[in-house]
Amino acid sequence: MKIAITSGKGGTGKTTVSTGLFHVLTKHLRYNVQLLDCDVEEPDCHIFIKALKTDSYPVTISIPQIDVSKCTFCGKCKAICAFNAIIMLPTANFIEVVEDMCHGCGACLYVCKENAIHEHDRVIGSISHHDYYAKDEFIEGRMNVGCALQTRVIRETIRHGQQKGIVLYDSPPGTSCPVIATVSKADYVLLVTEPTPFGLHDLQLMVETVKTLGKKHGIVVNKAGLNYLPLYDYIKKEEIPLLGEIPFRKEYAKAYSTGIILAEHDDGIRALFQTIIKQVIHEETV
Amino acid sequence: MKKPFEIVVLSGKGGTGKTSLTASFASLACKAVFADCDVDAADLHLILSPKIIQQENFTSGAKAKIEKEKCTACGLCATLCRFNAVEIQNNIYHIDEYACEGCGLCAEACPNGAISIEEYKNNHIYIADCHYGPMVYGKLGIAEENSGKLVSKIRQYAKETAREYRSDYIIVDGPPGIGCPVISSVTGTDLVVAVTEPTLSGWHDLERLIDMIGRFQTPVKVIINKSDLNEEMAGTIEKKLKEKGIEMLGRIPYDESMIYALLEGKTINEYEPHGLLANELNKIWNSITTKIYEPESI
Repeated sequence: MKIAITSGKGGTGKTTVSTGLFHVLTKHLRYNVQLLDCDVEEPDCHIFIKALKTDSYPVTISIPQIDVSKCTFCGKCKAICAFNAIIMLPTANFIEVVEDMCHGCGACLYVCKENAIHEHDRVIGSISHHDYYAKDEFIEGRMNVGCALQTRVIRETIRHGQQKGIVLYDSPPGTSCPVIATVSKADYVLLVTEPTPFGLHDLQLMVETVKTLGKKHGIVVNKAGLNYLPLYDYIKKEEIPLLGEIPFRKEYAKAYSTGIILAEHDDGIRALFQTIIKQVIHEETV
Repeated sequence: MKKPFEIVVLSGKGGTGKTSLTASFASLACKAVFADCDVDAADLHLILSPKIIQQENFTSGAKAKIEKEKCTACGLCATLCRFNAVEIQNNIYHIDEYACEGCGLCAEACPNGAISIEEYKNNHIYIADCHYGPMVYGKLGIAEENSGKLVSKIRQYAKETAREYRSDYIIVDGPPGIGCPVISSVTGTDLVVAVTEPTLSGWHDLERLIDMIGRFQTPVKVIINKSDLNEEMAGTIEKKLKEKGIEMLGRIPYDESMIYALLEGKTINEYEPHGLLANELNKIWNSITTKIYEPESI
């Protein structure tokens, strides 16, 4: 069973929920579980999950290189490139690929009849495997700084996840391609929100997205205590299960700041996470 | 004519307070244009309550589509596609639209002309007016992609608007992360104001953001928000920034009035104009702006 933990708005507590659920599942409920950090732009799970790195490999894409001596400047490669990654100036005998814009689709290579294009690997990120309580329980995807192909690194991270047991995806914020890359591979989507106008607005976008994708979903309200009624009215109206509420406490925020897993140190939070995950598993098996 | 000075507010990590601070700067800046480039989850309009003047659709890339009637199930598209976007079920080929990047290779290669590339036009750009001046923002269609292109377009419109209104500033609320929409917000801008929080995650994410911005040689200055959640960490962050030669703009303590202001749809400076937070924000805004025009005034 694959569960994506996502939010729309950033900073609502995705990582707190993912690492908390992971901790409870592996240590207390003794499940076969794996945590995948899919927030490859800013992977933060490792700050909380102090696991032993066992293996890591680069994520690469194939980038074309154009041999000017063979190029006839026919313009086919430039014409097919959907990403405007080829700059061609026939009068200056100049043609080049802008690597940062290239998606590595191979279309230019396919259309070049002069055999002027060859490909080389470009590293865009890395995947690392880690042991926690059990072997290979934590996998982190990490995009290289300056790269813009986050979805590719996410897909590769998910590809490395186990097929059996429970897999938790810590999703990136937002609602666009990186989130879709994560959520579309999940069986269940856990939406983390906060009781503020921003939290509600971004939750609504995320609910529309998961409905479009046809995914089962439930909500966790973080930083609860602020009785912001429009959020609760919305959840009720949409008939989305409210799986649990994490109260707002300054000491929780402080614990978070130092990289502590709340569920490990606070009995109430641990019990809460157990209730949340049991409901999700129940939803999925019914 | 003086070129408007563009300030992009970023954070790396989400939820550090980018939008609340951007809105406060909006209420402090005279003659400015505001832009919300967090197109995935645009929230600035919730505080600034703009009135839409003009709206347009925006194309965000393309997806392949297979016409079942023409497809002979030869399998060439599936072999060529590097995004694993061609799915086969019971020998029927179709495109996984969430995996397809719209490169067009399959359409080019299909011997039966069964594949077409369709443009997606579900994104919107709004040009609006709010209490403090004109505002440009966007909305990404549900499950849409190419937010980077939408960000560039919003910035372009904001610049045009600023020229038209002879504005001094463009204040941009940026997206979280360090990927394509963030790169699109940073390229060629005058100043990045990075908002962080005194947490290990906040610093980890800020450090990656600073590295990314460094590649574009854009100046960056930092605000530590909610600084009293962990004063020690705030101190460590300041020290590390100093080592990197990055200027601190100030610390803003955690204050619940930030949330109460938000609940009333107000900026901090409107909610509690003489409060501690408003005072700090005033100082920060002054320190951003006085430095900008100093050299020209000499």
